[in-house]
Amino acid sequence: MDAISLIVRSIFVDNMVFAYFLGMCSFLAVSKNVKTALGLGLAVTLVLVITLPVNYLLENYVLKAGALEWLGPQFANVDLSVFSLLIFIAVIAAIVQLVEMVIERFSPALYSSLGIFLPLIAVNCAILGGSLFMQQREFANIGMATAYAFGSGIGWLLAIVGMAAIREKLEYSDVPKPLKGLGITFIVTALMAIGFMSFSGISI
Amino acid sequence: MALNSKTKAVLLGPLSKNNPILVQVLGICSALAVTSKLEPSLVMAIAVVIVTSFSNVIISLLRKTIPNRIRIIVQLVVVASLVTIVSEVLKAYSYDVNKQLSVFVGLIVTNCILMGRLEAFALGNGPWPSFLDGIGNGLGYGWILVVTGFFRELLGSGELMGHQVIPQAFYDAGYENNGLMMLAPMAVLIVACIIWVHRSKNKDLQEETN
Repeated sequence: MDAISLIVRSIFVDNMVFAYFLGMCSFLAVSKNVKTALGLGLAVTLVLVITLPVNYLLENYVLKAGALEWLGPQFANVDLSVFSLLIFIAVIAAIVQLVEMVIERFSPALYSSLGIFLPLIAVNCAILGGSLFMQQREFANIGMATAYAFGSGIGWLLAIVGMAAIREKLEYSDVPKPLKGLGITFIVTALMAIGFMSFSGISI
Repeated sequence: MALNSKTKAVLLGPLSKNNPILVQVLGICSALAVTSKLEPSLVMAIAVVIVTSFSNVIISLLRKTIPNRIRIIVQLVVVASLVTIVSEVLKAYSYDVNKQLSVFVGLIVTNCILMGRLEAFALGNGPWPSFLDGIGNGLGYGWILVVTGFFRELLGSGELMGHQVIPQAFYDAGYENNGLMMLAPMAVLIVACIIWVHRSKNKDLQEETN
């Protein structure tokens, strides 16, 4: 039950895009049509669900203060948390490279449509943000961490697909010239974010 | 060292015509989340200037030796080490600001400005121009942050850097702080306004399609 409420919370209340503005770069750049947006959203969810549990294990069995105790009592005072950024980002970069190869092998169409943005998932703030939030919130077990990753990923997917759908319709509107493109996208994002804020009163 | 026109363009271009946020659309994530007050925005801007300039120099020095296939990981490791240093310094000297910035100091690692500049500039240029490019882009990013933070703090809580600037008489006359300004979505809206102003001044940056 806890896991389900965590998933729902991280989709709607703590939405990666609208509550923390993580992963905005690719969110703005790849939201021009629904199909590519869906592909990228799925890729981000996949990478989150793989990296977060891995980083959770690393955090709890290697990096945290006293986490190395299983090696023996003399390691009980070792605190490696200074290196957490380095380790997290290395894990993420490696897994992104793997996912890229897998997608290239099994779905060349998706691969060519995502183009440059697949490698950029490595620097998608949503992914590293997920790991850093995981470190901050101290989830009870790996299941909860995975649930959080899944929820955040789906939340990001929802946001980018919604955005892409709005932008497809927006093509036919008459926007003031200086606001065309980037400007109006920002305004739409802000309005969507205000909309999503209405979820924040919900307690599950 | 005298600045010839090319190095000047490298340093000053990112401030306006080639601004990382307004034109290249890089590094939006952290720009929006930390700007609810002026002070964290300033600290964040400084941190990003430091990290962009030094990572640019390091990658530019290493550019001939990095194998192309693993360059992203190498870049990330360099950036992550620099960010770790910055965040430890912050923790030591201004713990409160560090707490306000929470995970967003760490997220400088994935700030697209860094990777974008490393890929686009540092890999093909010498250390000195790369350094200038890093400073330029860091500042171009920083001023947007500071402007956004300025308006949000001023309108949202009537303060600047924690000092009351809107006189009490205004409140007595019925002026209210706009609480909406403290919420994250307003950061996006302010950046949208900056883009609007910027693009009506620079007509060549306007886009044709929505």
